[in-house]
Amino acid sequence: MSRKVFSFVTLVLVAALLVVSCGGPAPTEAPTEEPEEAPPEAPAAPGGELEIFSWWTAGGEAEGLEAMLEIFQGQYPDVEIINATVAGGAGVDARAVLATRMQGGDPPGSFQVHAGHELIDTYVVADQMEPVTFLYEEEGWLDVYPPDLIDILSYEGDVWSVPVNIHRANVLWYNTAVFEENGLEPPGTMEEFFEVAEALEAVGVIPLSLGESWTEVHLFETVLLGTLGPDAYAGLWTGATDWGSAEVKEALDNFDRTLDYVNEDYAALSWDQATQLVIDGTAAMNIMGDWAEGYFKAQGWTPGVEFGWAPSPGSGGSFDALSDSFGLPKGAPNRDAVVAWLKVCGSKEGQDAFNPIKGSIPAHTGADRSLYDEYLQSALDDFAQDAIVPSLMHGAAASPSWQQDVIDAVGLFVGSRDVDAFQDALSAAAGM
Amino acid sequence: MHITRDRLLAMLLISPSVLAIGIFVYGFIGWTARASVSAWQGLLPDYTFVGLDNFVNLFRNPRFQIDMRNTGIFTALFLVACLVIGLLLAVLLDRRPRGEGLFRNIYLFPMAISFIVTGVVWRWLLNPATSVERLSGFNLLFHQAGLDFLISKWYTHPRLGIAAIVIPATWQMSGFTMALYLAGLRSIPEPLREAARVDGAGEWLTYRYIVMPLLKPVTLSAVIILGHTSLKIFDLVMAITQEGGQGFSADVPAMNMWYTTFRALRFGQGAAIAIIILVTVAILIVPYLIHTFRTEVEQ
Amino acid sequence: MKRRITRSVLHLLLAGAAVFYLMPIYVLLTTSFKSFQEVNLATMWALPSGIHLDNFVVAFEKLSPNLSNSLSLTVAATVLSAILGSLNGYVLSKWKFRGADLLFTALLFGMFIPYQSILIPLVRFMQTIGLYGKLWGLVLTHVIYGIPMTTLIFRNYYATIPNEMVEAAHIDGADLLGIYRYVMLPLAIPSFVVVMIWQFTSIWNEFLFAVTLTSPRYWPVTVALQNLAGSQIVEWNVQMAGAFLAALPTLLVYIFLGRFFLRGLMAGALKG
Repeated sequence: MSRKVFSFVTLVLVAALLVVSCGGPAPTEAPTEEPEEAPPEAPAAPGGELEIFSWWTAGGEAEGLEAMLEIFQGQYPDVEIINATVAGGAGVDARAVLATRMQGGDPPGSFQVHAGHELIDTYVVADQMEPVTFLYEEEGWLDVYPPDLIDILSYEGDVWSVPVNIHRANVLWYNTAVFEENGLEPPGTMEEFFEVAEALEAVGVIPLSLGESWTEVHLFETVLLGTLGPDAYAGLWTGATDWGSAEVKEALDNFDRTLDYVNEDYAALSWDQATQLVIDGTAAMNIMGDWAEGYFKAQGWTPGVEFGWAPSPGSGGSFDALSDSFGLPKGAPNRDAVVAWLKVCGSKEGQDAFNPIKGSIPAHTGADRSLYDEYLQSALDDFAQDAIVPSLMHGAAASPSWQQDVIDAVGLFVGSRDVDAFQDALSAAAGM
Repeated sequence: MHITRDRLLAMLLISPSVLAIGIFVYGFIGWTARASVSAWQGLLPDYTFVGLDNFVNLFRNPRFQIDMRNTGIFTALFLVACLVIGLLLAVLLDRRPRGEGLFRNIYLFPMAISFIVTGVVWRWLLNPATSVERLSGFNLLFHQAGLDFLISKWYTHPRLGIAAIVIPATWQMSGFTMALYLAGLRSIPEPLREAARVDGAGEWLTYRYIVMPLLKPVTLSAVIILGHTSLKIFDLVMAITQEGGQGFSADVPAMNMWYTTFRALRFGQGAAIAIIILVTVAILIVPYLIHTFRTEVEQ
Repeated sequence: MKRRITRSVLHLLLAGAAVFYLMPIYVLLTTSFKSFQEVNLATMWALPSGIHLDNFVVAFEKLSPNLSNSLSLTVAATVLSAILGSLNGYVLSKWKFRGADLLFTALLFGMFIPYQSILIPLVRFMQTIGLYGKLWGLVLTHVIYGIPMTTLIFRNYYATIPNEMVEAAHIDGADLLGIYRYVMLPLAIPSFVVVMIWQFTSIWNEFLFAVTLTSPRYWPVTVALQNLAGSQIVEWNVQMAGAFLAALPTLLVYIFLGRFFLRGLMAGALKG
């Protein structure tokens, strides 16, 4: 009897161990595009699976991505697309998952990554990406993307990702009705901004709406840009500008003063809830990237009618850029499909399909203007003539490590409001 | 013969677990410890030995200092709240009121729910807006009840923000504490309480001199379980604040570790934070384990 | 009369406490029945204008693959860790060999460690054995980290079973496994219930391991839910409906099996 029990128990344990180490339950249906169809011809077209990793989970972003995927699927019907997304504000969770996979040698086919140092200081430096310079040469993109942008995308002579879109971070959005009622004009300089803010406070309107953590850093970088101007701002990230200088101190003082004019519960609001305050009329202005335009439109507002925009105070003539891009990991499964995908991403068709829906402008200068709304057209104009500088909060200007230090410094500052300590922390973060 | 074979079998049966814990607990802790004294930053492992630099930097880091203070405040408040409320509810339920089972279930069920589920709700309830047009959550209730003096900034309060987090934490764990105390109370032999009553002791005295001393082991268990939970709190703070409130008013080490490791990709420093959390927990747990071990050996 | 007043006060206090405990669920449920336009921080306490069941339908559609992941994960891990715990607890309480107590203490320590302190090596280990991103990696993780707690519960429970019973069975000719099958197992039902409720709840609700170790197609419902809430523009009414659906299984377990949990506690399962 006991022998039987013994064998039974052992069997259960062994079975459990075996089952645990081999296969598993049937994977749940991953959200995919249309199922693959057997092509009648084109044996050279890539087949197999293509995993696209992004944090575009909702609204215009997800739809824009689908539009691009449709173009891709139309050209390569044999490929099964796996649209793998991870949500979480500005992609933090997605990056955690991605970092873990890349470390473990299990890269997706291609992944969304902010163009610039976010990519370069992580995966390029770790030798986990293939340069895509060859694609730029083949497709002629070196001629149709702005040189400033290509600089942001480059490192040690090679280009490392294909930008799908360009977003502008230094935009001041405002409620036109509130401004009209109070006879106010959108401010051009920091001084004008403070005047307008005072006037708004006097009538009980919150001058500037703000949200949690990353939106604070976002605001901070626009104040830096508005006070220092594009060259000095860009120099902050290359070591050319001294973080301990008097100009930087002036910018920090401006930021300090700006914080006097925001809603007091900002720590509890997500970025869209802050933008919502402008729609409600509770707040008059909101400094946010141009994805806010998508939010205004989703609430039924029309650009130029209920809401207006201007460059954030002091930053006229500068375009604080960030870009979502896709790269080519080393050892990517199904490399041919990935390269094909990158071609779609970088092409005029792909970008013109994605951007109008997403609410951004294409990197490709040959874009069809008629597809874009009033705001986006003005952004296209600005992009063509303004000085382009990299955004900190959105991964272009500095490595994630440096970025985290700035985030921490800003986080501490909004609590302590100690400008000197803030400046010290920022200098230390820059290694000065 | 039989005995020896059984002893061998006993050791065999337990060996997979021992092996697993050996690797997954002790082995991994060792690995993390090694990473914590390394210069590892970025995706490529870098085990260059830097001694205690990571730790020193952490203790000098203003954000981490706030984290440690927050942990201290949180743990103290959380323990007191759970023990007091748990005991109170247990005492009340011990009087066998009508609907005892229903009440018990109501107090216990928060334990069954994850903070990912209730996190958003708690964020709304603890909404920090204090100006009248923007009130929500508890502040709104207070205002409607005419209790305006209770309106507060909750988890964005500069120094006490972390105390607001104690509320949902207590909501979740006080029922468990109550269950422990209730079990303890029920296990006190009725004859003992009868004897006290016969001797003329009132309810209050009975509780004070007979019941409470007998509940000490329960309190100890509760302190251990609640204590170590509070030291490593993560889900709750993540779900409510996402980045630690205003000026890191509600930031905790576990969350700091998450961002340090996965956003800034500073594996060495992240590992150091993990080790610090571990040591704090160990200071609480190890004496308890030694005490348990010794009492076992005596038996 | 005095007794009547005291009883009323007692019930009043208990009811007041109950209101506090139920408040978050009230908000959760009322929001989950509201339409998207109605969801507003300013009106969060208001009752919904109607019952919008389609929120639940939409939430269920979005979450059903994850709900099923959670179910597979939790059932597998709960059963396996209960079996392991019951065997370990048995060995450590009735068959003490030299160093058994030390071993148990060392095992117990694993229950208290913060999971952050083993997260990175765990991930790398899973990648090495090829289980990273897969549900079975998470099952293995929960089984192993569940060992200390389940062993503790069983061991404490078995300790209350008199050694005389074991010896009597021994004299009757049963060996280690026979005693397990014929003496311990039948008596251990209460502690099995406690362990399985505990493990089911912990594993179903767990987030840190879930978000770190699985890839999107294997996400348990906690991660998927957090994903819903973390999107750019959140439909809170759907998210709350989803949250309720995610909480339902563990809620049901507590509603129907809560009394056994309490009985198990009283039977000394969680002593000391």
